[in-house]
Amino acid sequence: MSLLEIKELYVDFKTAEGKVHAVTNLNFSIEAGDALAIVGESGSGKTQTMMAVMNLLAENGEARGKALFKGADLLQMNVAELNKRRGKEIAMIFQDPMTSLNPYLRIEKQMTEVVMHHQGLNRTEARNYAIEMLRAVRIADPERRIRQYPHEYSGGMRQRVMVAMGLLCQPDLLIADEPTTALDVTVQAQISQLMSELRVQSNTAIILITHDLGVVAGMCDRVLVMYAGEAVECGSVEQIFYQPKHPYTQGLLKSVPRLDQPGNAGIEAIPGNPPSLLSLPEGCRFRERCPQAHDACSQTPPMQLDEQGHAWRCFLEGDSP
Amino acid sequence: MALLPRRRFPVNSKVTKDRVLRVQDLAVHFKVREGLLFNAKTLVLRAVNGVSFELNAGETLGIVGESGCGKSTLARAILGLIKPDRGRVLWLGEDLGKLDDETLRKKREDMQIVFQDPLAALNPRMTVRDIIAEPLWTFYPRIARVQVDERVRGMMKMVGLLPSHVNRYPHEFSGGQCQRIGIARALVLNPKLVVCDEPVSALDVSIQAQIVNLLKDLQKKLNLALVFIAHDLSVVKHISDRVMVMYLGRSMEISTKEAIYRRPLHPYTKALIKAAPVPDPRLARAASDTGLTGDMPSPLELPDGCVFHTRCPYVVKRCELEVPALRRMENGDWVACHCAEELDLTIGKSPT
Repeated sequence: MSLLEIKELYVDFKTAEGKVHAVTNLNFSIEAGDALAIVGESGSGKTQTMMAVMNLLAENGEARGKALFKGADLLQMNVAELNKRRGKEIAMIFQDPMTSLNPYLRIEKQMTEVVMHHQGLNRTEARNYAIEMLRAVRIADPERRIRQYPHEYSGGMRQRVMVAMGLLCQPDLLIADEPTTALDVTVQAQISQLMSELRVQSNTAIILITHDLGVVAGMCDRVLVMYAGEAVECGSVEQIFYQPKHPYTQGLLKSVPRLDQPGNAGIEAIPGNPPSLLSLPEGCRFRERCPQAHDACSQTPPMQLDEQGHAWRCFLEGDSP
Repeated sequence: MALLPRRRFPVNSKVTKDRVLRVQDLAVHFKVREGLLFNAKTLVLRAVNGVSFELNAGETLGIVGESGCGKSTLARAILGLIKPDRGRVLWLGEDLGKLDDETLRKKREDMQIVFQDPLAALNPRMTVRDIIAEPLWTFYPRIARVQVDERVRGMMKMVGLLPSHVNRYPHEFSGGQCQRIGIARALVLNPKLVVCDEPVSALDVSIQAQIVNLLKDLQKKLNLALVFIAHDLSVVKHISDRVMVMYLGRSMEISTKEAIYRRPLHPYTKALIKAAPVPDPRLARAASDTGLTGDMPSPLELPDGCVFHTRCPYVVKRCELEVPALRRMENGDWVACHCAEELDLTIGKSPT
């Protein structure tokens, strides 16, 4: 049994302009201890997928389908059942550490709350434990630092606190939504390294939501590429980076500016813009930007699967150029 | 009544290699009050602290650094939007700090800026036509409507927007398209210098590539001097001729693009390059860590000596005592490091 299995997940939002189809028929799973990356541009549905799983959708949002966590469907649970799992078995790290920490509360209060609730530790035990976690994420002088407020921390330190909080209850699954996007490169490198280390130590499965293919390459085993609310390709990092099958993945890889390649090799942009989620086109959603689009693309392409477990949603065989 | 003459737009200037911009020892300090009432004390935040560089016509200078290094303050100081506390900005040999507001305003016809957040930089209540035309009305108040319309449509075509969308509002466009509008607005007066302050960091990768390529093309076509500010080294690599690396308000290194990514002169540059994520699983796993320890010091309490010495893996005693001057190396690149001659920071070599 997979740790988390998403089956035919749909997420819609009712808005004044009509229904926004944020996620359409999404299927994937993650095993214990694995690291899966969900890659896509803004509006591709990567964040809303995980928000649906955590039951954190906005009020006008509606999720259909199944999200089986250790066999139990998270989408069918009531709040009490969910609260037994959220924070304890599934933790989430959000993108912007300043807005996810409460500016009025000391770091101590925010960190100990979770363990006191889930593990029944008393205040002193919880405090010592929180100090240990801060030390693990390399916050210098944690005994003093834990008494401070979020604004006294730098951006990188706040995100390290978020990582520490996510790992407090040693969850089975850690969902990290763009954990390093708001950070500088040197800090980003530190946080990615930290998460990889902690993953090995505590055998936590990680779902990393990001648009940065560079971060994915160093941290994850498997990659799911999303476009306009659909999964377009899924495979191991090697498959995605070395033999991308879907024209969108190929385009995405070419449009990343790289430091490790010499000369003036230009970056190739994907022309056009993603379609509006209010009025999605019939057939392949990438059709209008695809260099290899042909007549068949007006029909919805099937998800193809090869023997190595590499899946892609396209009519083409996807031989990488 | 002195009516402004109905000037024609200058035809694109001839391709020259003249020096257009010279920044000398520029410093911008902000006063910050900390504490309450009786405990209050005024601290000085040294946002830009002695930056010098030169820029030729038709050249692109990339400025890289982490948040808080003073890149955006520098951008504003170059355009005279902030008065520097020390140093000079020479535009075509003329000191911008000595000009009165009205003369400075006229100079800005030649100097434009593109901002980071494209949607926030555009007035939501103005149509695209009005947004792009505003600089024209400001500098040529008596310009004919037909001419404005023609110019606006021409600009939209040039930046890859449909001229038929001229009556739309910013919210009807995507982030990438908004940035194209911002670029059209910056270029509508045929400026000689465009300062781009993180123009692509708010955009998705595939769109980011479109905008970088667009800026690169326009820069060549119009022979613009471009200052391209970013925190992402790899983006800067694709557009710049030379790159300046900043840290805590100081320039650490100014080198040609060819040199800086192969053999940086400053340890901080090397750390930045090593920290940049590589989109290749095998290389990414093989990559060692950056060698940087700790966090960036607060710009309110700058360390003595070299500002980077608290995190530098190659630190020696001298670094803690003496501020390294920005000096010219044999190959013509600039570096502010005491040990630049002794260190071999070639990328791919381990730090021993």
